[in-house]
Amino acid sequence: MKISCEVDVRHLTRVEGHGNIRISIKNGEVKEARWEVVETPRFFEAMLVGKLYENAPYISGRICGICSIGHTLASIRAIENGFGFTPSVQTARLRLLLKHMETLQSHILHIYFLAAPDFLGVGSVLPLTQSHPEVVQQALRLKMLANDLCDEVGGRRLHPTRTVVGGFTMLPEKYTLGQFRQRLVASLADLAASAALFASFTLPDFSRETEFVSLRQEGAYPFIGGNLLSTDGVLKKEHEYRAMTNEYMADYSTSKLSRLSRKSLAVGALARINNNFAYLRPKAAAIAGDLGLRPISHNPFMNTIAQLVECVHVVEESIVLIDELLAADWQEPRQLVQPRAGIGVGAVEVPRGILYHCLHLDGDGRIEKADCVIPTSQNHANIYHDIEDLALFCAEQGKSDMEIEHLAEMLVRAYDPCISCSVH
Amino acid sequence: MKDEKKYLGVAVPRPRVGFFELSSCEGCQLQLLNNEASLLDFLGLVEIVNFREGMKEAADDYQIAFVEGSVTRADEEERLHKIRRNADLVVALGSCACFGGVNQLKNRFQDQEWVKKEVYGNHPIASQEARPLSAFIKVDLEIYGCPIKKEEVERIVTNLVLGKAVNHPKYPICMECKAKENICLFELGEPCLGPITRAGCDAWCPSNRLGCWGCRGPAPEANIAELKRIVAKRKIPLERLLDRLECFGGFAGEAGKLRLALEAAK
Repeated sequence: MKISCEVDVRHLTRVEGHGNIRISIKNGEVKEARWEVVETPRFFEAMLVGKLYENAPYISGRICGICSIGHTLASIRAIENGFGFTPSVQTARLRLLLKHMETLQSHILHIYFLAAPDFLGVGSVLPLTQSHPEVVQQALRLKMLANDLCDEVGGRRLHPTRTVVGGFTMLPEKYTLGQFRQRLVASLADLAASAALFASFTLPDFSRETEFVSLRQEGAYPFIGGNLLSTDGVLKKEHEYRAMTNEYMADYSTSKLSRLSRKSLAVGALARINNNFAYLRPKAAAIAGDLGLRPISHNPFMNTIAQLVECVHVVEESIVLIDELLAADWQEPRQLVQPRAGIGVGAVEVPRGILYHCLHLDGDGRIEKADCVIPTSQNHANIYHDIEDLALFCAEQGKSDMEIEHLAEMLVRAYDPCISCSVH
Repeated sequence: MKDEKKYLGVAVPRPRVGFFELSSCEGCQLQLLNNEASLLDFLGLVEIVNFREGMKEAADDYQIAFVEGSVTRADEEERLHKIRRNADLVVALGSCACFGGVNQLKNRFQDQEWVKKEVYGNHPIASQEARPLSAFIKVDLEIYGCPIKKEEVERIVTNLVLGKAVNHPKYPICMECKAKENICLFELGEPCLGPITRAGCDAWCPSNRLGCWGCRGPAPEANIAELKRIVAKRKIPLERLLDRLECFGGFAGEAGKLRLALEAAK
């Protein structure tokens, strides 16, 4: 039994944005265990009011520096749903390909640059460039492939330029897509090596029963649009997202928080796999098996493993998407859209979980009201309660102050939080 | 990583640098990591001693501070002053740091309490108007763009390390766009701030058939009156020009005037 301990981490490192961890154990009793979100709000929902619809994807993509493509696509989907517009098959394929490459670059960034240093006993990726150069090169190759393909399809890896309501401003070159197909096939070896590396790590053995929420599509692993499903059995339509998020505010967080059937919920790669394991592509499913990931996993540290499995899934599916794009003749990149009054909701699975954009539009396509519900904001309360349970678990196990701090930091990092995004 | 760096056989100093972020998407810092092909060379050029998003260790003895984001809360003012005291050179990284960026779009509302209520209802929340770094401290160098262009940052940092002057282009993006033989966006009926925006991004957006939104701020010799004439000639609504002028804060004065004029005309 651990008698006393104080953990006070201000501005946790190796995560996006600003959050604090505070744990206080006195005479074996947990007095305080908190995850605080201190990020400054930027008020994107207010910024959009009064603007023409074409501003929304461009501005709200800038909510996030990691998943700007996801925000852009969610905003576009909200507008298109609001206008009653259905994108062409070609546009849907290109958007999914772009989405997959964002997932790959973001997951690799987290797996290697943010999470892996904890398992290799260093403070950052910098010493690994000397001690494990092959690991760093592997990570850079995968990240470069994903980002290069984002440039090719979306025009730019960060804050994309070609993605607009109705489709794309420009199309990629077929020849170049064919070259990317070869690089995608080759990347499966790097991903297999990544899986072998993570199989050699020991993940903390900590679980807390959690309600997981993700998109749900018929017969496919979902990324853009669909129904909303929780592991506790709640099923809603895309436009009913508020019933799935139930946002509220608390004094310890500048981000809003969410709950559903329990006091908190979780979204992200682990939630997607817990809900959609059957739809993983074959190589991804095999690697999940090798890494001991089975639904329903309640160990939050497994989220990093789930991300690695998803990397394999999106690469496999991107190869298929490129084959489909190459087999068809190019159609016009962009279709005309006709504004009409209405409320549009776009739900998209971004790297950290399900993201919702909702826009109220008038007959001229001007925005009357905007609402964005961010994956990390849905996860904050779950992180908070995980930290409470982790503190109890550590107190019972008699772990040292250093170990408790390290485990708590690793726990938050496992969620790959995007904190500035969550506050937006 | 403390090994000596040599250039043409001569030892060059590796400055100690820190990366910091105020209100922002942290995308400009990530852009540095996004340059996978030259990342390791770049890391060899400097000694990173403070980079919260990427490393656990943190020191205050940095010579160059790169600061991303704009100031929107009192504690950020304090952090910024502390960074200024510690650093020899402060670099504003990206449009939020240089002009307020997209964050300053909320400043256009007269009633800032409405802005808070629209998002948080009656829940109390601390926030002030979004301002660039230069509203609070002396900024030695500005790197423009939303996002910053990684090649440009690497060139500027190399210049700093080697003691060379850093010069931004004086001509507008239109020059770069013409050199690339792009279709003019005005021909496609889209507004574009390329004629008045400072070059240096190699016409990043127009080359992808997206009109320029002015994220790099005005070129020193911007002819805004002529741009307005082109917009009128093309029958593009002034509201769409305003959307772009006011998006990143680089044209704040001109955007404010146009907004007042459009509201008066309603």
